[in-house]
Amino acid sequence: MHLNQFNHIIISIVLVCIINSSSAQIIERFPKPDFKSDYTRPQTITPEARAAHLEYLDVFVLIITLSLASYFALKLRSRKHIFLLMVFSVIYFGFWREGCICSIGAIQNVTLAMFDPTYSIPLTAVLFFAIPLIFTLFFGRTFCAAVCPLGAVQDLVIVKHINVSNWLAELLSILPYIYLGLAVLFAANSAGFIICQYDPFVGFFRFGATFNMIILGLSLLLLGTVIARPYCRFLCPYGVLLNWMSRLSRRHVTITPTECTNCRLCEESCPFGAINKADEGVLAESKNSDIRRLAIIIVLTPIIILLSGWVVSYLHDTLSQKHPSVSLAEEIQLENRGKRTETTLETRTFRASGKPSEELFEEAKEIQKRFRMGGWFLGGFLGFIFSIKLIKLSIRKKQPEYAADTGTCFSCARCFAFCPFEQERIASLHRTSILNEF
Amino acid sequence: MQNKFDNPVKRRDFLRSGLNTLAGLTVGGIAGLVIGNSDTEDLVWQIDPNICVQCENCAINCVLPQSAVKCVHSFSICGYCDLCSGYLQPGVKSRDTAAENRLCPVGAIKRTYIEEPYFEYTIDEELCIACGKCVKGCAAFGNGSLQLQVRHNLCKNCNECSIARSCPSRAFSRVPASRSNLMRGEEGKIYIRSHEVS
Repeated sequence: MHLNQFNHIIISIVLVCIINSSSAQIIERFPKPDFKSDYTRPQTITPEARAAHLEYLDVFVLIITLSLASYFALKLRSRKHIFLLMVFSVIYFGFWREGCICSIGAIQNVTLAMFDPTYSIPLTAVLFFAIPLIFTLFFGRTFCAAVCPLGAVQDLVIVKHINVSNWLAELLSILPYIYLGLAVLFAANSAGFIICQYDPFVGFFRFGATFNMIILGLSLLLLGTVIARPYCRFLCPYGVLLNWMSRLSRRHVTITPTECTNCRLCEESCPFGAINKADEGVLAESKNSDIRRLAIIIVLTPIIILLSGWVVSYLHDTLSQKHPSVSLAEEIQLENRGKRTETTLETRTFRASGKPSEELFEEAKEIQKRFRMGGWFLGGFLGFIFSIKLIKLSIRKKQPEYAADTGTCFSCARCFAFCPFEQERIASLHRTSILNEF
Repeated sequence: MQNKFDNPVKRRDFLRSGLNTLAGLTVGGIAGLVIGNSDTEDLVWQIDPNICVQCENCAINCVLPQSAVKCVHSFSICGYCDLCSGYLQPGVKSRDTAAENRLCPVGAIKRTYIEEPYFEYTIDEELCIACGKCVKGCAAFGNGSLQLQVRHNLCKNCNECSIARSCPSRAFSRVPASRSNLMRGEEGKIYIRSHEVS
């Protein structure tokens, strides 16, 4: 029993010495035991992270599904195949991979890697960011059609679509630009990944999320039964990049396999409002007033850009709150000035760490400065996008026939079946296959 | 004879093709730029036990219903104390396994008698909720052999860890998958794969 008492004495000494120490550092207060029995120390199991080759399997599956989606949409022109691939993507990228890794979130990893040299981005994140964009440059947004699990899960719940009126759709289509801009601003300043924080569907893929995110996801899915793919059209930040790429794509799905006779049968077929209607040659205004308006908008463009740049950079105080150092610095300042009597976990932890608060204030000021600068860029970008939208509205583009809008079309292959020439094509295919049987 | 310059569509196609190539080069350029500083390995989240302050956020802020963070024991630096400040409530009357004496709210720590005066403490990770009470106790009065670690068989490896976002001491960081073990003692230096120990 004397050893036990000895133990006690040591503990009392240690207690006296370090009663106020909050350091979590390793301290050999007690020597390694000298076991007399044949006791062996158990081994601590260290479960490994997911093996690297499985990460590359994901990239492989991404390339295969993208190739298949492009083949199904452009060559086979089969909605059925697209649908089956969509189900596969929801199962694989959604429920199996649980919504992570995804191309939408990879925007932030790439941004962080560009601005923070200490962050060594995983190669798979770069590939997930770049490969769908490259595919879109060749074939249009076939990634949205059947590969992206977020798009697929919304596509599967469309029951009966209501057309969103043009002016509203045009107005709401600015939201993705704001979302993208904010995501890049926050990621570049290491203030967090908002796209991942507000991913509405990852909770379903994992069967668990915070209450608010479940509510958001559910309401988006419910809304999605009538307003088709609301996230893709009015929120998705990756969709902005895909839209740009798709406008320049070398090939793109066409509604008709051969020619368009403006029969208008496909007019209401697109749930996403991505079919450009043929204009009926009715001019409401004279050409002169058109040109005058365009000239005014072009002259106003630099002013719009500067103004919105100024407005967003003015918001840098609010925006930089998202950075943990800035919000901590503000809390500390409030406490130092005696404006707040209750301390928070963060401020207590900071004070216990013994770092001087001046250092933190300096850091916070530096971050705010970067946010002010970033605000100018973000505002300028949004102003530019807004002006482009205005210019687009005032330019009357000749639209001789019904065609898919290359920017917003998801290549979902729904409209094909509405085209009489497509029906003819299918029938002739059918005939050949019957003939071949004989 | 038709002059090829008569056709304005050709010009539009040329412009489009040029912009297409330009966009491809931009995407490739951005990818190339960040690939220069990339890692072929995946990054995973881990807690640095030397920074962790055991605030209990790990227990509540994980996206999983049961946190992927668990208390892990480095036996190599454990003192095997009878009066274990990670196992027993402060100021207990008797040092035994009685529930009222234990610090762990879920009884995840098992105390086994080895020999006079040593006791072994093992953690049942099925029960552990990562509250860090034992870790705090062990760090305050013991060797600091108990520590909170992200268990990679449970962790979903979210692009942004929601515990890391709320960690007041910023003990979370992204580490390469093969060097994801930040434990103290010998356990931090070696890797014992889960399938090697049945």
